Amino acid sequence: MKTAIIDYGSGNLHSAAKAFERALRDSDIKGRIIVTDKAEIVSECDYVVLPGVGAFADCRAGLENVDGMIETLHDVVINKARPFLGICVGTQLMATRGLEKSITPGFDWISGDVTEIKPDDSSLKVPQIGWNTINVINDHQLLNGIKTGPDGQHAYFVHSYHLVANDRSNVIAECDYGGAVTAIVGRDNMIGTQFHPEKSQKMGLALIANFLNWKP
Amino acid sequence: MSLKARIIPCLDVKDGRVVKGVSFVDLIDAGDPVEAAIAYDAAGADELCFLDITASSDNRDIIFDVVSQTAEHCFMPLTVGGGVRHLKDIRKLLNAGADKVAINTTAVKNPDFVASAADKFGNQCIVISIDAKRVSLPDEPGKWEIFTHGGRQPTGIDAVEFARLVVEKGAGEIMLTSMDQDGQKTGYDLALTRSIADAVRVPVIASGGVGTLEHLVEGIRDGHANAVLAASIFHFGTYTIGEAKRYMNDNGIAMRLD
Repeated sequence: MKTAIIDYGSGNLHSAAKAFERALRDSDIKGRIIVTDKAEIVSECDYVVLPGVGAFADCRAGLENVDGMIETLHDVVINKARPFLGICVGTQLMATRGLEKSITPGFDWISGDVTEIKPDDSSLKVPQIGWNTINVINDHQLLNGIKTGPDGQHAYFVHSYHLVANDRSNVIAECDYGGAVTAIVGRDNMIGTQFHPEKSQKMGLALIANFLNWKP
Repeated sequence: MSLKARIIPCLDVKDGRVVKGVSFVDLIDAGDPVEAAIAYDAAGADELCFLDITASSDNRDIIFDVVSQTAEHCFMPLTVGGGVRHLKDIRKLLNAGADKVAINTTAVKNPDFVASAADKFGNQCIVISIDAKRVSLPDEPGKWEIFTHGGRQPTGIDAVEFARLVVEKGAGEIMLTSMDQDGQKTGYDLALTRSIADAVRVPVIASGGVGTLEHLVEGIRDGHANAVLAASIFHFGTYTIGEAKRYMNDNGIAMRLD
């Protein structure tokens, strides 16, 4: 089993790769984690992970600069229906459009826009930085064994924008930050977390292991 | 409110070694930052901070190795600061495994650097580290000035004004150290912390002066900070991270206890 983590110059791949390797070991799955900027390697992998740190438009531009990567992503995720996990901006790119600084098209896999979070309590700071619990909206296998709800396990968020899905059935989980903020979106073989599972200690490793065991 | 306040242990690293060491657990090597990071990860720290205080430029690349090795073992957020002068320094730290980068002197010298860094890497990973000293008399309204070079060099810049400026430029968080309180163990400068926390829309990390668990509570409750940074009370085992989190939680500050 091969898992591709796509490298398009957007930060923090080292930590993501290490967390995935650890989850693989912990769950006794035979496989390899491959960090790659080659579209042809991604197309040979069974699982695909798109991380992303930074601004939406910069990340989109970074992906466009990798030869054939956006086309390959579309092929493996939409045509070949392989399990896909987006992380942070990688998740946001699944949307129709990003509205950070400028209007930038996303992949339009999850209908909706990426908009700035606007807590209804003015004492709440933006970006949301820190550990928050998540509330399940539509149950999902990736949350197996993870305690959710106000007394549940925490995930690490660091973001100013989130994906607001048009179809409520695409929202897997939300967190509360002066109103509902999107935490996980997904449909069919694709899922994406706004928080950083690779930085969310036990909860994150459990979610990553669930992803690597996922057979949508 | 379900976002929790954060406790951030901070390790000063010089030439790849923890300055003064960490003795709160049975570390084989008290000066090894990676070992200390692993111990703090296991203890439930909410984030970890490395400040590289390496003076010689020959040894400045060592921090990348330290960060990279830490990221292999610790699946927790990591902020790294010290000696960040160019966009490529930020890129290298993020690639090594840092999530956020703290910038101090370079931001003071050139606030536009904050804008370039935030545009390139997103404001969420740009932490501006502010070292401030009180310049008003005790009976006057609080006024604080920015100091650089580890608090040795005055700049004449007002700390609150500077905080507003860097946030406008794109800083995603402020790490605020009171040079008056640092090392005193008598608590944070709460007036300073509150003045800056209330002036900006981004989270503020209070730093400098922690001696007791009550000081951590005060930093959040009275200083309006979103996170509290401490070094010696944790490094020398005065309190564990778990004790600190439980104490804060029992005193009305919601903490992550899982």
